[in-house]
Amino acid sequence: MPVVLENLGKRFGSGAPVLDDVNATIEQGEFVALLGASGCGKSTLLNIMAGLEAPTSGALEVPSDGAAFMFQDSALFPWLTARENIELALKLRGVGKSDRRVRAGELLDLVHLGGAGDKRPHELSGGMRQRVALARSLAQDRQLLLMDEPFAALDAITRDLLHDELERIWKETGRTIVFVTHNVREAVRLGQRVLLLSSRPGRVVQEWHVSEEHRTDAGLAGQLTGEITARLREEIRRHAK
Amino acid sequence: MPSNQLPVAEAPVETRKVHAALTRSSSGKEDLRELEAGLDSLQSDSIRKARIDWSRILLPVAALAVLVILWQLYVSLGFKRRDIVPGPLDVLGQIGTLWGEGKLQEAVWTSLQRGVVGFLISVVIATPVGLLLAQVAPLRRAFGPLISGLQVLPSVAWVPAAILWFGLTDATVYFVVFMGAIPSIINGLISGVDQIPPQYRSVGKVLGASRLQLALQIILPAALPGYLGGLKQGWAFSWRSLMAAEIIAVGGTIGFGLGSMLDQGRVLSDMTIVMSAILLILAVGILIELLVFAPIEKRLLRRRGLLAGSTR
Repeated sequence: MPVVLENLGKRFGSGAPVLDDVNATIEQGEFVALLGASGCGKSTLLNIMAGLEAPTSGALEVPSDGAAFMFQDSALFPWLTARENIELALKLRGVGKSDRRVRAGELLDLVHLGGAGDKRPHELSGGMRQRVALARSLAQDRQLLLMDEPFAALDAITRDLLHDELERIWKETGRTIVFVTHNVREAVRLGQRVLLLSSRPGRVVQEWHVSEEHRTDAGLAGQLTGEITARLREEIRRHAK
Repeated sequence: MPSNQLPVAEAPVETRKVHAALTRSSSGKEDLRELEAGLDSLQSDSIRKARIDWSRILLPVAALAVLVILWQLYVSLGFKRRDIVPGPLDVLGQIGTLWGEGKLQEAVWTSLQRGVVGFLISVVIATPVGLLLAQVAPLRRAFGPLISGLQVLPSVAWVPAAILWFGLTDATVYFVVFMGAIPSIINGLISGVDQIPPQYRSVGKVLGASRLQLALQIILPAALPGYLGGLKQGWAFSWRSLMAAEIIAVGGTIGFGLGSMLDQGRVLSDMTIVMSAILLILAVGILIELLVFAPIEKRLLRRRGLLAGSTR
């Protein structure tokens, strides 16, 4: 099991806890959508899983080699071309020079950017940048891929396409993906399982399984989306005084 | 609309009412590749071919011409004695004479050589120190104020001390240049590092960079625009400090530089030599900026997409 979270808690300084008693288990090769309103500690939870922050209580089990991470904005390095960005990830992993070039080319092809390898980030559109960022996180070659609202800043057309793209890549590479989002549709579209995180403190309050039928039957998917949205709103309403 | 891979028994009319994003929106790998390629070309700018922009050359030349004409006009009006305010032609004549004597070449070469060598040594010293200060918080807190202070302190203030320590040798000149250039390069590098988006560090950590790799492969290139600003300022301080040192410290084993020429003009009360030296000092500054820093800076900014809409 790549990820186990047990009674995980996090507070910053002496403030109110951001995460409290988070419990979740994520299976190898699973695609889990972590859903919650803004300010529910989704990103904090992801950062803890990535090892960027330490939890203040509880325990977590993640793969010993760490996790790959994809940020909301592509966070590509502007002084490197698309290919060099991917090569840097390989280099920091200790891949040799000739292998790097070959592997970076393969990854660019995987995200359908074979012809754009020599462009710099500012010459790419938002969707292309996110695909380079995806290729870079795949270059890390970790079983676990953490994604922090990676498509939130994209236009709807591009986002729909990248959903298809991500699903394809997930199936081709067999990664375990934890995908943070505040978009119910996106969670239902992508996740095999949707975990709803409550706000202040963040805690897993409910989970839904999304079957293969939901992928092709928009009616079923719509129904589930409605159900999850209702539960999410209930959670938000609790904070109205 | 979604074209379903698994046909479902329910009425397709019902399906179409729901937002397409809920289900797969493309059919198969080839379709996806084509869609993405189409979107990519729609969303990317076509590359514009760069042409020589003559206004870049003509405007500064015109500005210079206007200033020289105003200068000549003022001199022709005859408010001041010609030996106190010489005209552009007098100065040009003096520059010709100095060239003929070989003094001009000697002075420019000596100063330029010292300035460049002093500046390069400063870069070699200041870069690791700046990187260390920017990355290690206790060091930064301890030495940051001192470095900022040194940058404010005019490096000419070191000339008397340097003469007492090193006598009238080139060491004096270099010491003053270092005290001028090193603090401003360090400060430029530190402020460049401060302006790095914090996410770059997170990315570096996630990618598994060690502390040294983070500093050399991510922090340093990310800070390059600020660092280059520091280098420019460092060069300016080197050049200025050098001139100050050459004016004050004359004689001994110190070679004849532009500052020495300036001082010689003062001693001889020859205003044309003074003006020639000033113009030469200025010209070297402008040429270094135009031929060295401007192209590097432009290339750096353009590669990062930071040049669009600027007046450069």
